[in-house]
Amino acid sequence: MKFIKTIFATFTIIYILFSCEKTELANNINYQALNPLNADTAAGNWKPILLTKANEIALNAPIATTLADFKLELLEIKSWQNNISSAEEESLKYWSAGTILRWNEIMRELVAKYNLPPYQNADGTYPIPSSANPLAYPFFPFSNPPYAARAYAYLSAAQYDAMVSAYYYKSLYKRPRPSVVDPTIKELIPVTKDYAYPSEEAVAAGASAAILTLMFPGEQEYIQQKLTECKNYRILAGANTRSDVEAGATLGKAVAAKFIDRARIDRAGKSVGTPTDWANLVTNTEKKGEVAWLSQESPKRPPMLPLFGKTIGFLVDTIEVVNGRPSPPPSTNSEQFKKELEEVLYYSQNPTRERIKIVHFWGDGAGTYTPPGHWNAIACRDFISLKISEARWARNLALLNMSMFDAAICCWDAKYFYFNPRPSQMDPNCKTLTGLPNFPAYVSGHSTFSGAAATILGHLNATRSNDYISMADEASKSRLYGAIHYRSDIEVGMQMGKAIGQKAIMRAKTDGAE
Amino acid sequence: MKQILTLKSLRFIIILLLTFTAKNSFAQTDVDGLMMGKKNLCGGLVYGYGSWTNYWEGQNLRINENLGTVSSQSAWAMANYGITDKINFIAMAPYISNKASAGTLIGNQGMQDLSMLLKWEFFGKAFGKNYVSLLAFAGYSTPLTNYVADYLPLSIGMQSNNTMGKIMLDVQRGKWFATASTNMIYRSNVTIDRDAYYTTKMIYSNQVEMPSLMGYNVRLGYRKDADLVLEAVLDGFNTIGGYDMRKNEMPFLSNKMDATRIGFNVKIPIPIINGLSFTGNTMYTIAGRNMGKSTMFMAGILYQTDFTKTTN
Repeated sequence: MKFIKTIFATFTIIYILFSCEKTELANNINYQALNPLNADTAAGNWKPILLTKANEIALNAPIATTLADFKLELLEIKSWQNNISSAEEESLKYWSAGTILRWNEIMRELVAKYNLPPYQNADGTYPIPSSANPLAYPFFPFSNPPYAARAYAYLSAAQYDAMVSAYYYKSLYKRPRPSVVDPTIKELIPVTKDYAYPSEEAVAAGASAAILTLMFPGEQEYIQQKLTECKNYRILAGANTRSDVEAGATLGKAVAAKFIDRARIDRAGKSVGTPTDWANLVTNTEKKGEVAWLSQESPKRPPMLPLFGKTIGFLVDTIEVVNGRPSPPPSTNSEQFKKELEEVLYYSQNPTRERIKIVHFWGDGAGTYTPPGHWNAIACRDFISLKISEARWARNLALLNMSMFDAAICCWDAKYFYFNPRPSQMDPNCKTLTGLPNFPAYVSGHSTFSGAAATILGHLNATRSNDYISMADEASKSRLYGAIHYRSDIEVGMQMGKAIGQKAIMRAKTDGAE
Repeated sequence: MKQILTLKSLRFIIILLLTFTAKNSFAQTDVDGLMMGKKNLCGGLVYGYGSWTNYWEGQNLRINENLGTVSSQSAWAMANYGITDKINFIAMAPYISNKASAGTLIGNQGMQDLSMLLKWEFFGKAFGKNYVSLLAFAGYSTPLTNYVADYLPLSIGMQSNNTMGKIMLDVQRGKWFATASTNMIYRSNVTIDRDAYYTTKMIYSNQVEMPSLMGYNVRLGYRKDADLVLEAVLDGFNTIGGYDMRKNEMPFLSNKMDATRIGFNVKIPIPIINGLSFTGNTMYTIAGRNMGKSTMFMAGILYQTDFTKTTN
């Protein structure tokens, strides 16, 4: 019986150990508070993207720190600091890692949440999400890769212009920080030793909330809650007063309004196309003697955002999109095509565990933050270790995300200009190791995004440039290994992406930040 | 949608199947004993086939034309050894191969998990015409290969290390019997190939926390001279925690997964060879959540030898 008891005791211990294992998994919680090595106090002189100049949006001068109203604001900080709840402490820890970082994460989370293709109607057609009615099924948006690329770009670009404006006014008004006016005020987080009005974190928050609300209109309540948290943590931390924060949020929102006006007329809203547009894609391709792309979904789903290639980007203009269009993919009648299809079939039929891992690591399909989101996650992890200012965070992410937005435009232009079939359409034996995207093959979106991202990131963080290139290479190859792309798709996509990344580098060299 | 889980719970059915066939078999020294005798070994080879076309997306039963019918074939090797008359050791491992009849997603195949189980009859007593026994089980299962888990519904398993505890009551009256058991399975975190994923929030980790499972199993049937078993089965399990798939969302490892199933199980001796018997069963899912509405069949042979005879 002792033997039995020992065995059962052992299992009981294992049982308890497993039950104790449940811990917090998310590793984005415990970031250190941002404490930049360089405050970038001259960021007010950096070149804005849409604003004609840093002070295009007017911001009133703050009230004097000698006034009674200001004393009241200091009192607010003090009384709050005397009575901090555990939720507030958590909020402080969360936001102090960096506001640009956190708003980027919020965007990524919403992209993942909304990245689900709508379910079909009873008649086999598909409903189209409507921004006017975002909470009725199908929820708006379906944040697929092009939608997401655009959303990340508007968020980051608006944050950047808002930052330039904020730094301009900080240097102009030179309002001292609360702890300078009243040394009894504690700064609970590292605070840059410059000026307080307006709070650049609140400016970022105001701009971010406005862009997020445009892109995810069904999430207004959640976004407002985050905005309030983000404003409050500055006051709680003793880093800003109420007027620093309110002025900041208002300025940020006003800057974002310029981007929202642009977004409304950037043609992306029309990129779904009409049944006539979809039919024309087929006839135009067949006129050229080529096999037209056909949805492999059942029921047949219309191709994803066929007119997205006409969207107006930030770095590449519409004429450059057309001029930079790659030469055609191998004709489906050619020997080259046959060879490439055989290669895809080989990867489909001979998967290795290592290749499957690559396919899944870079899959970034439905229900994820998409490939642009993946590159944002990679970039953010690295920017954390670079200890850069909020202004530089915004600038770097703007360059990254404008590149990927324009990569999406150029890639989608090529996809729908050539409208070529996926490997599975040409050979049903090409079973896929990941979800087959519902749009043409040439060129690979992953490759274009990754080429662009790796190029600009290599410029922004030169010590990792080789790593970025090998990551991009792996992301690109993952689509061939997954049996959803031909070699031409990934190679040409990579070249296009790198060329777009170069345009971002050109901007980076002249924006005044280097 | 959860072929895998279905198979996992199936494994425990088979454990039961195996132990019951064994305990009613030749080697018993005591007619009323519920365990396989000391130094008896029962080995089995079983083939399984399961499929579903409908699945519960959350609580909504639907089909998916991009999967069609998801089917899974499995081949199980299993063994049950009598350490003592009251303690048995059971081990088993399946090879699984699955596929979807529609869509482009490739099927998966490979060796899944090794399961090991200790079974202990700690109480057995006659009450009038009834013989009542109580049994306790402790089990552990671990993946045999680095198969892909994060590929539902076409992964062959979940990649978690599972620790199971189970308690069972068995009552026999003449040739009729009833058995009821309840179990709890703790599942370790699973490492996936991605470093971020969305459940109901974004998680930046390659670790997936798996909700625990609670299950029950009720069997009613007829055992004739320990050679023939005919029984009806009702079983079910549910996760403690987990989240629902949303509309048109693919399943994920940490989904909430519930199932209720009914079925029938037989064990028939094959008279040509002493110790050989046929086993067959079918199970049908009648209710579920984030699971395939599956139908399963299993058939195999069991062979039992008594080492006390050969070694003495």
